[in-house]
Amino acid sequence: MSSHPEQPAAREPIPDANSGTSNIVGGRDLDARQIAVSNVLFYLVFIVMGGTYVVLIVGMLLADAAYMTEKTFDSLTSEGRSLLSVISHNPIATALADKRIQHSIWLSLISCTMSAVISVMIAIPMGYLISRHEFRGKRFLDAVLDIPIILPPLVIGLSLLILFQFPPFRWIARDVVYQVPSVVLAQFSVACAFAVRTMKATFDHINPRCEDVAITLGCSRAQAFGWVLLPEAERGILTAFTLAWARSLGEFGPLLIFSGATRMKTEVLSTSVFLEMNVGDIEAAVAVSFIMVMAAVVVLILTRLISPSQYGIQ
Amino acid sequence: MIKIENLSVQAGAFRIQDVSLTVPSGKYGVLMGKTGSGKTTILETVLGLRNASTGRIVLGDLDVMGLNPAVRGVGYVPQDGALFSSMTVRDHLDFALMIRKVPRAGCQQRVEELANLLGIEHLLDRKPRGLSGGERQRVALGRALSFQPKVLCLDEPLSALDDDTRVRMCDLLSNVQKQTGTTTLHVTHNSDEAERLADFLFRIEDGQIRQVRPEL
Repeated sequence: MSSHPEQPAAREPIPDANSGTSNIVGGRDLDARQIAVSNVLFYLVFIVMGGTYVVLIVGMLLADAAYMTEKTFDSLTSEGRSLLSVISHNPIATALADKRIQHSIWLSLISCTMSAVISVMIAIPMGYLISRHEFRGKRFLDAVLDIPIILPPLVIGLSLLILFQFPPFRWIARDVVYQVPSVVLAQFSVACAFAVRTMKATFDHINPRCEDVAITLGCSRAQAFGWVLLPEAERGILTAFTLAWARSLGEFGPLLIFSGATRMKTEVLSTSVFLEMNVGDIEAAVAVSFIMVMAAVVVLILTRLISPSQYGIQ
Repeated sequence: MIKIENLSVQAGAFRIQDVSLTVPSGKYGVLMGKTGSGKTTILETVLGLRNASTGRIVLGDLDVMGLNPAVRGVGYVPQDGALFSSMTVRDHLDFALMIRKVPRAGCQQRVEELANLLGIEHLLDRKPRGLSGGERQRVALGRALSFQPKVLCLDEPLSALDDDTRVRMCDLLSNVQKQTGTTTLHVTHNSDEAERLADFLFRIEDGQIRQVRPEL
């Protein structure tokens, strides 16, 4: 008796490329538990590796704070002062009372702000041109902009010093080298490279269609840039400013060579740390370092408050 | 009228050679083609955002070849809307008017008119963040129409929308085009969208444009 024509034939495995259940010769079943353990291990290794750096950063700051606290209480016990006198008798208060440190703080604040403002003013057009346009020599220009980031800071200082031996720079060298303007110039030379990188990344993230639309609506290039692109880049500009400011605050090598370390003249906070260390006053050096840490933290917090979501560009 | 005659465009390694199409005044033209077929390149050339090697583009009665995109008088709605994140919907609608230094009362009247036409009155004081896909495209359409352009170019404006919103937006586009009488060129890869909207339907294949409807 023949089988019914519509009766299905004996079932054979149907090869299905998308099915995960077919048997592959020589393979083995995947073990869900093994995968779960592997996933946990994956994150554990990454967290430990990344966490090491965070521990190092926090550890350095805590060590500074612990050192200062220890010194404060040492002086309290040795001089028999009351606990309240901690406010006026601690390494930071002592450093802040020093006229030379006061000058150093003011010069740092002013020079870092000037350097950051100039950096952003240069970085906006430079970042825009590199991000939006293709031109001959773009790769070369891109590489040139990395030089201040890669070069040893001392070499930048020395190169600046040599540059001012040649005209037209030589004509103004007397008013710049080893004077206050040299501080701003040395800080700017390095900080601007970071600002340019940030602004390029910012413009890369902004949809170029926005400018195209603005132009079809009747804008000139400058109007499209000013009314559409710049407001979109607001957060990037703020980040570039912060980076340039923080970078300027930490600058030391170029300053030492190009501006010198003259107290009450070209001394900024990083120079103060060096000078205090040179005379063996570690307490004062740590106190000034702590002032720098606090200034950097304040700037970072302010930036985060003003722009809660980084790069929230549509 | 949008008239493209023997247009050739080089876009990197990609080349469009000797294509022509005509959308008569007040009509809705749809240019259909697969992804990468060159339809956006043609649209960008009409807008003036890309240079043509040879050929002629006439918008209305003006030959716009070599003319700055700012003065071509073409409204543009890109695929993603490309809204300005720092501006409110109201700012979008009066942006082109502000550039043309239209008095405040005129701007206000035009903004209300557009908001009413596109059903976005309730969104006027909102910024693009948080708007739905359909709302974003309505705003982009309003912005493009704000200065009463003689030609409207739409680059896959409905491709990111869900099916329901797409059908509603098709109806809206059709109504708006009929009410404003703006000559429109809409590029898409969606045949359903093309069927719904096109008075004149063109297909681009292998670098050549063929008129599908009405048949020549």
